[in-house]
Amino acid sequence: MNAPQTSGGKLLEAVGISKGFGGLSALSEVSIAVRRGEIFGLIGPNGAGKTTLFNVLTGLYAPDSGEFHFGGARLTGLKPHEVAANGIARTFQNIRLFANMTALENVMVGRHVRTRAGVIGAIARGAATRAEEAAIADHARRLLDYVGITRRAGELARALPYGDQRRLELARALATEPLLLALDEPAAGMNATETVELKRLLEKIRADGTTLLLIEHDVRLVMGLCDRVAVLDYGRKIAEGPPAEVRSDPAVIAAYLGGALA
Amino acid sequence: MIGEWGKLRRDPRVAWIAFAALAVLLLALPFFADWAFGRAWVRIAAFVLLYIMLALGLNIVVGYAGLLDLGYVAFFAVGAYFYALLASPQFGLHLPFWLLLPLGAGVACVFGVLLGAPTLRLRGDYLAIVTLGFGEIVRIFLVNLNAPVNITNGPQGINLIDPIRLGSFSLAQTHTALGLGFPPVYNYYYLFLALTLAVVFVSIRLENSRIGRAWVAIREDEVAAAAMGINTRNVKLLAFAMGASFGGVSGGLFAGFQGFVSPESFTLIESIMILCMVVLGGMGHIPGVVLGAVLLVVLPEALRYLGPLQQLLFGKVLRDPADLRLLVFGLALILVMLLRPSGLWPSATRRRELSTSPDTAAGKGG
Repeated sequence: MNAPQTSGGKLLEAVGISKGFGGLSALSEVSIAVRRGEIFGLIGPNGAGKTTLFNVLTGLYAPDSGEFHFGGARLTGLKPHEVAANGIARTFQNIRLFANMTALENVMVGRHVRTRAGVIGAIARGAATRAEEAAIADHARRLLDYVGITRRAGELARALPYGDQRRLELARALATEPLLLALDEPAAGMNATETVELKRLLEKIRADGTTLLLIEHDVRLVMGLCDRVAVLDYGRKIAEGPPAEVRSDPAVIAAYLGGALA
Repeated sequence: MIGEWGKLRRDPRVAWIAFAALAVLLLALPFFADWAFGRAWVRIAAFVLLYIMLALGLNIVVGYAGLLDLGYVAFFAVGAYFYALLASPQFGLHLPFWLLLPLGAGVACVFGVLLGAPTLRLRGDYLAIVTLGFGEIVRIFLVNLNAPVNITNGPQGINLIDPIRLGSFSLAQTHTALGLGFPPVYNYYYLFLALTLAVVFVSIRLENSRIGRAWVAIREDEVAAAAMGINTRNVKLLAFAMGASFGGVSGGLFAGFQGFVSPESFTLIESIMILCMVVLGGMGHIPGVVLGAVLLVVLPEALRYLGPLQQLLFGKVLRDPADLRLLVFGLALILVMLLRPSGLWPSATRRRELSTSPDTAAGKGG
């Protein structure tokens, strides 16, 4: 499932997504397309609607209008767990780990969607269930190793240092075997060294065949990492393209520095 | 010292010896209790087992899935009335125990889903209020379902319920084996013990499974759990259904054991007592929950001896033990919660929450 894919074809395509809360329009007519194998950045000032778009794409919110397709399937209006089953995994802006579970258990939960054992299987614990449990634990251990926190396996998620919590959230999301990994400000709160390490890790994840969609404020990280970016402002997409191009776009500069300068 | 103890604990021979000792203890318990404290205590021991099943059922809902259920006794009532109605002169039906027990568990499961379905979006206080209402609704139905068609016999309850029979073996008769006499209450104790062990076994298996992890994940963070692909609706309903089925089994046994059920046995205070067992013992930790159930059944009974104790100490009874009993019991509950906020016997993970930073924890090993 995680075999490297050639870039080019559209993996995610959202068309005309609008979402309002009460009278407030958080997203209006936003369209983005993420290609297989790329790292796609979503940037914009605070309150631009980036996280709202994420929540629509991961099934947390149903859009008021518009629809999105993923890998050829229409996912609009599906529940979060169905979106996850279809191959989109996410992390959260404010880390949302299962605080009182160990790091290993957190990642094992991520395997839920790719495994089957039910109540009868759990109680009888036949050969198939035992094999599945062993495979879940094994897969989880390999992912902890992949993100570099093997030594934390037995510790409670809440006891982990901040940087390791971010890595654990990544490992947990990867455990669902996503085609698209959506990261909401993965570098928030990280220092320069940690950000460099994160960049390396994200590049490794992409090289191993997972497409990345990220919201990020760290401009240097976005410029160095993303193949293409889209810029949101007041719920509208104001620019899209390679980072270097977008950076010099007058509309983008205006959005970041304030309308008066435009 | 701690290292030695840890090594000893991991030794499989020690585990087997401890297991054998526990087995002998549990098997000999009715004889010992009867000899030392009287027949009433064998009956109390049987009730302890019923409450262990109830507490372990509620532990799935509250301890694992984190859904605060204040109406759990409703499932106990459903199990008890299911058995009572189908094995008593009420309808003239006398279905066999082996059929009624699994069916009762199944019916309780259905009620679990019935309660669970409308409450899926609720958490915390709101869920507690709705479940509390559900518990009362079931009880009030039992009180009022005697007119226009008499189903439950109303507040009088159902009498003359068939004692439990396994084939031709009636638990209500004294049997003799190995030169020992087994009066009815002993027989019930052994049946309850077997089923309690089964419930403990099922609980342990569920805890360490894909489903058990999904329950805990929902307790910890429902949004993140859904984003990881857990169908939170189904997994929550499963928690309600599993928890309810334990309650249903326990209820059927209760009805057969007592020979009589009435709505009075299924009041809100019962739900709260079962919840206390779970919380006081150590939420989500099976040995803790078992301990909680044992203490909360035994302690109120033991406190009946406050009268004789006063007689012994002061030469006369100063205060009516009936008054003192609940006072001391309440005081004991408050003390436990103050001194051990995560329960008397919390799980290792819960204990770790209170321990120091990871670095010092790693240092201790060296």
